[in-house]
Amino acid sequence: MELQVKNISPNNFEQCIKCTICTVYCPVLSVNPDYPGPKQAGPDGERYRLKDPEFYDKALKMCLNCKRCEVACPSGVKIGDIIQTARIRYDHHRPGLRDVILASTDEMGSIATKMAPVVNTMLSLKPVKVIMDKTIGVDCHRTFPAYAGRTFESWMKHKAPDQTVYPHKVSYFHGCYVNYNYPALGKDFVKLMNAIGYGVELLDKERCCGVAKISNKLISQATRDAELNIRSIRAAVAKGQPVIGTSSTCIFTMRDEYPHVLGVDNADVRDSIYLASKFVHELVDEGKVKLVFRPDFHRRVTYHTPCHMQRMGWAIHSVELLRMIPGLELVPIESACCGIAGTYGFKKENYATSQAIGKELFDSILNASVDEVVTDCETCKWQIEMSTGVPVVNPVSILAEALDVEATRKANGL
Amino acid sequence: MDKTESTPHYDVIVIGAGATGAGTARDCAMRGLKVLLVERFDFTAGATGRNHGLLHSGARYAVTDHESAAECIRENMTLRKIASHCVEETGGLFVTLPDDDLGYQATFVESCHKAGINAEIIDPKDALRIEPAVNPDIIGAVKVPDGAVDPFRLTTANVIDAKRHGADILTYHEVTGLNMSQGRVTGVTLRDQRTGATRRMDADLVINTAGIWGHGICAMAGIKVNMFPAKGALLIFGHRVNNVVINRCRKPADADILVPGDTISLIGTTSSRVPYEECDNMEVTPQEVDILLREGCQIAPSLAYTRILRAYAGVRPLVAADNDPSGRSISRGIVCLDHATRDGVEGFITITGGKLMTYRLMAEWATDLACKKLGRTAECRTATTRLPGSETTDSDAPVSHGKRHIIELGADQKAALGRHGTMTADIEFADSNDALVCECEEVSVGEIRYAIRELHAHNLVNLRRRTRLGMGTCQGCLCACRAASILGNELGDRRQALTDLCSFLNERWKGMLPVAWGQTLVEAQFSSWLYQGVCGLDPKVLPAVRKADRTSAECDQMQQSVK
Repeated sequence: MELQVKNISPNNFEQCIKCTICTVYCPVLSVNPDYPGPKQAGPDGERYRLKDPEFYDKALKMCLNCKRCEVACPSGVKIGDIIQTARIRYDHHRPGLRDVILASTDEMGSIATKMAPVVNTMLSLKPVKVIMDKTIGVDCHRTFPAYAGRTFESWMKHKAPDQTVYPHKVSYFHGCYVNYNYPALGKDFVKLMNAIGYGVELLDKERCCGVAKISNKLISQATRDAELNIRSIRAAVAKGQPVIGTSSTCIFTMRDEYPHVLGVDNADVRDSIYLASKFVHELVDEGKVKLVFRPDFHRRVTYHTPCHMQRMGWAIHSVELLRMIPGLELVPIESACCGIAGTYGFKKENYATSQAIGKELFDSILNASVDEVVTDCETCKWQIEMSTGVPVVNPVSILAEALDVEATRKANGL
Repeated sequence: MDKTESTPHYDVIVIGAGATGAGTARDCAMRGLKVLLVERFDFTAGATGRNHGLLHSGARYAVTDHESAAECIRENMTLRKIASHCVEETGGLFVTLPDDDLGYQATFVESCHKAGINAEIIDPKDALRIEPAVNPDIIGAVKVPDGAVDPFRLTTANVIDAKRHGADILTYHEVTGLNMSQGRVTGVTLRDQRTGATRRMDADLVINTAGIWGHGICAMAGIKVNMFPAKGALLIFGHRVNNVVINRCRKPADADILVPGDTISLIGTTSSRVPYEECDNMEVTPQEVDILLREGCQIAPSLAYTRILRAYAGVRPLVAADNDPSGRSISRGIVCLDHATRDGVEGFITITGGKLMTYRLMAEWATDLACKKLGRTAECRTATTRLPGSETTDSDAPVSHGKRHIIELGADQKAALGRHGTMTADIEFADSNDALVCECEEVSVGEIRYAIRELHAHNLVNLRRRTRLGMGTCQGCLCACRAASILGNELGDRRQALTDLCSFLNERWKGMLPVAWGQTLVEAQFSSWLYQGVCGLDPKVLPAVRKADRTSAECDQMQQSVK
């Protein structure tokens, strides 16, 4: 037997050498001293929880799950995962009505799109906002993203025949936002992929990635959805199609939270799950496809790195793609958390913390005086638009807009 | 009260503040005797602070030593009541591995029942359910009422109660001689380890509770007691591997007990004879680490890859029967010697042998004898009177009450409640007192101040024993400097605190050295970069310490590190 060759512990919690670097990078701790910080809430607290679950600290729900602690950790400790796992294992409070509503993006979306005009009007009315604030605790400053009248999935059904003509195929994980709220992004994605010779198909079945359910502790539902998604992804990969998304959080959740937090094994397909910007940039970088841009496109933008992009280390792909657009002026800003963290910022009790965390980012965006902010995450988009008034777009949309489609098709031999 | 202005005449002077000495001082004081407890270093600096912290059910001794087993289970039940804040009622298992003889189990259970120990054979599958860390290959399992006991807290609680009953306490005072007059011990000569000053203390009776060092105390009166120092080494794992005590169901051997203690787990022990001269400087050898790991993995496979924080060793004070100078028939039982009848030296008692588990009984025997010799008739009340910290706990529902309360507290307060029980009420958590000093073990500024002011803590090692400061994963890396700063301010001597800081860090390293690989080595390296590299702490440039100026921490440093 090889003794003590290495220390093995769940989420590497034993690898922590207490250097406290994670605590320095925690966006919550810097604005809210009541939060114990990632080191205390994570590996330190874990030792006490192993002794007695009564040591579970309610303050752990203040964690944004931004994973900036994990990026900072030099010892590879999955601090955010330790905290999320502890919340799941030790916090026995069942989610309330508000949390269920916020977490059920799929369920709410499928109902709301059917009566989008009514729902959108209702949700934007001041009295309705005040009532929601007072009764269930959704902060009245927030506006829910408007629902689309027609889902992306139904649009795609009509487009399916067009997609068969392309030499390559990818499966698109559109996510709830594209499907129910913003099909335009999905359409931009199809436009971009088609231009470089890739046909787009949907997965057999797709459910919400589950990020909101995980953070609101609807774990059995999240696990069920995760298993369904991985089954669909497996079927796509078996057909030789990589699975691509346009939301960094969905992709991050399916790659990393599934195995680490939900215990859903994805080892066989994890490397086939991509974000659009990474997929396209790698193709361009390897010389496999070419992008040709319109000469008349001009824009001054900055790129905001969503926390989960930072965790995956993929912001470079989006930035490099943007830099390829000749008419685009990219203003660099310091990477900082926007503070919304999905449904976190919608909750009345978190609103102040959320805005305080984001302040640094909002200030640097306003100082950059740009036309648009580019980012890969939709919740960052809502937060930044609400807090700065600057429009926010996905890099896929910018590329689709700046692209000279005909020239690109030609350059790729179509 | 460490310094007595005048030198009063005591009824009893107790030498050595391990569990037995503290317990004896408490018992004597409760029976109305005027007591002085003297200790050359700190409370629990000897064998008391260097064992498993196992609340033996007695099952381990049932087959080989019926008397010890019966004593253990009685004291086990007593300690659960009187020292509930020092005890964790984890329960215990005796497991039979495929290589062990399952036939031993029947003998074992029968012997347990004879000794009054509730041993119950259970299905190995149930054992795994009770304690998932146990080796899944076990072929037999017996449930026994083992538990965990914190020797540091237990001793401190006894000292506090002794003080409440009028006892005086002097730590860092070494007995350099027994005062003799006409063949009778009339007191002790003490040397203050911090100032070097000596003074004489008079008493009608001197009780030697110095453990293995009692050998040397006896020698001061020209008395020989056949003591055989037996070294036992243990390993501390970084977090709880098990929540139930796991023993191996076989004749007592090396590394067959895994005990969960506070935030960590302990595997031990080895057993080897060592010369008396080496008792002050125990080092754990690579062979001992190998044995502990190899055998430990047999009972709990996860030990093979769990981070080890440190290794340490203690010395059992085994005593040979008086008619057996060879030491072959060594007993683990209690030995209470009246040197008047044994050696013709009046005014002197030695109480030794025994175990942490039986400290209270040992104290009772010694105090019974002391009362007899002094012509007092008071009854022993230590078996029924709760110790400070365990006082107001309702024995019928201690857990439910505690748990409802615990929910609303901060982690540092919860941890402090576990350490100090009802005495936590004396700790200040308001203002900045709830800031953490030791993050691994959740020790707050308030708790450190409390320990300095109320619990005889003069240096960082003392603070560690009172609060668990520096006992966690980082082994003092983050907390040592913070605690040193508080200590410097509280005691008004910052230079001393700096010296103390060096001693403390070196003492931590000593325990890490035998297991310095993997993350433990990284941790130690990080610690030295931080203190020497970033902060510029260098023992060589610290002001030279005169011999007369020897600090408490340095005295401690002479010793092997304690967990």
